[in-house]
Amino acid sequence: MDWKDSEYTGWGRALRATGQLARPETRDALARLEAAPAFGMRRSYGDAALNSDGRAVDMSALDRMIAFDPETGDLQIEAGARIGDVARAFAPRGWLPPVMPGTGFATIGGCIAQDVHGKNHHHIGSFGQHIRQLTLLQNGAERIVKPGSALFRATLGGLGQTGVILRATLRLQRCKGDVMLVTERRAPDWERHLGLLDASRASYTVGWIDATATGAALGRGIVEEGETVAGLVRPRAKPRKIPFDAPHWALAPPVVRAFNRAYYHRVPRQGRSLVRRLEDFFFPLDKLHDWNRLYGKRGFHQFQCVVPLAAADALRAMLAEIAGSGLASPLAVLKRMGPGRAGDLSFPMEGYTLAIDFPNRTEARALIHRLETRTLEAGGRIYLAKDSLASAAQIRAMYPDLPQWQSIVAKADPAGALETDMTRRLNLRSEI
Amino acid sequence: MKNSWIILGATSGIARALIRRLAEQGHTLFLAGRNMPELEAIAADCRLRGAPAAEIMRFDARDHSNYAELIAQLEAQDGILNCAVFTGSMPEQDVVDANPQMIEGVMADSYTGPATFLSLLAPLMEARGSGAIAGIGSVAGDRGRLGNYVYGASKAAFATYLSGLRNRLGRSGVHVMTVKPGPVDTPMTRGMELPLMTTPDAVADDILQGLARKRNVLYTRKIWQLVMGIIRIIPEPIFKKMSI
Repeated sequence: MDWKDSEYTGWGRALRATGQLARPETRDALARLEAAPAFGMRRSYGDAALNSDGRAVDMSALDRMIAFDPETGDLQIEAGARIGDVARAFAPRGWLPPVMPGTGFATIGGCIAQDVHGKNHHHIGSFGQHIRQLTLLQNGAERIVKPGSALFRATLGGLGQTGVILRATLRLQRCKGDVMLVTERRAPDWERHLGLLDASRASYTVGWIDATATGAALGRGIVEEGETVAGLVRPRAKPRKIPFDAPHWALAPPVVRAFNRAYYHRVPRQGRSLVRRLEDFFFPLDKLHDWNRLYGKRGFHQFQCVVPLAAADALRAMLAEIAGSGLASPLAVLKRMGPGRAGDLSFPMEGYTLAIDFPNRTEARALIHRLETRTLEAGGRIYLAKDSLASAAQIRAMYPDLPQWQSIVAKADPAGALETDMTRRLNLRSEI
Repeated sequence: MKNSWIILGATSGIARALIRRLAEQGHTLFLAGRNMPELEAIAADCRLRGAPAAEIMRFDARDHSNYAELIAQLEAQDGILNCAVFTGSMPEQDVVDANPQMIEGVMADSYTGPATFLSLLAPLMEARGSGAIAGIGSVAGDRGRLGNYVYGASKAAFATYLSGLRNRLGRSGVHVMTVKPGPVDTPMTRGMELPLMTTPDAVADDILQGLARKRNVLYTRKIWQLVMGIIRIIPEPIFKKMSI
């Protein structure tokens, strides 16, 4: 009764898997299961959480907070807990996860396995740099892992291959409350967009980019800066659902262009400051439940790369190709990253990162392949949490610490019981 | 005023979803069940998510010997007392057919255990003239069906009990709501192919909304009210030949 035949997908819904899933609700129930790769809320876009024709463990019911130390801010928590729940529970008490990805539905285990970053990466580094300790289930036995060890480096960003992540101790950061003061400014073109990102001194900074604007407007967007504040009234909000798969014309180029133009002009020329709920700033799409259905049955891909600061021109050229293709969606993000990373396969490097969604169509897949090649040529890398199309050779060139990771993983999971569709597609666990 | 919730069967899949919401809303919780380590883990989680206090209690639907003690403990709590009942067990019908002595346990889990407890708790709530009781029945209790009639009978007994309790306690300002979920995606139904399934989170949201609106009988998902309405009116001579 533990396992159930299921068809399931990553967040992008372009890649699917059929296999058996278990969703244990107690530690004992988890311990009874044979070794299988674990996943959380499946917010990785591609196949990181998929195991076709095999078994996988849904950890999302093992989501309890275990203990909190108000002296240090250390929160011990089970891997299936959502990062947004931590923010919701603790922000009113003056604490916040130091790093939060773009969705509050991401689990602690997922944040570790992808070593995620947030809108404050340039100040504070990646998620894994704030993990004090974690517990893995390796071949039926629990193992405590601390920062500084090779196993820790292999686990952070390690795609769950070193063992099932059971729980972790995350050091929370002080914040002023659960309300944000957000400043939005227009960035009329690429140069000024990068200029605003470079000059930002705010705690949290992110750029929304209009990936359909061309010519002189190429790279235009809105730069958002945020600070937590105390003593302001918390605005109300209501979640909405996407009740069905949208027809494929819902994101047709004219619709996207019109949306982007309106979205850009919504912010006055001189900019504006406003008060937002904390979760609306950090997780803007979460109130639109199941927004991935906007892309219809075929699903979508997200391309996210980072290139070194000096390669900004290469990134501009990539954006020009995207804008010229007319394939981009409204959801595109440009951010400056710092150097902080916690693991061998962590994504971040000091530079600029660009993330854009594309509908799952032949032309879009071809474009993404070209963008991957350009990323590699620019000395950058692509994000495994988003990837569904890269090749094994490209990933090897982008992640120089892969051999080190492989040697640790070979010891941690010698039978390959934790392999996923992603590790097989990218041949991550073996020398080619 | 302080609001306390007693949860019977607190480790059940649906209970956990409701408990989390109650904790986030700042209610004091008494989590009752048999698996003490699991209850303690849930209680710790509740305290961190916003419950001012969360205590655990041993409660076994098949052993009434400590109920008076539990009631005494609750009596010491000031403020409004509320209770939600999630106990129940659903062995496969063919297993029960082969082992009829199991019927007693099924009845205890869904009916005699929680009803005994509620009958002891009722005077306390009556005296305070406030609070709510939410009891989990099942659509399976609306008509005896080939595949599930012993479980259905236990839930029908509980639903009838709740109906009477509502009639009694309504006079003193205590609201009793009968919740009738269809199949819910929990460990109890794992691996089964069941129609019109819902999730523990959706059921918990429905329960809170139903309590706020003082609903008497709540089907979740709502469509089950219609489905069971139709199933109930099928004449017995026809129904007995059907296998639904």
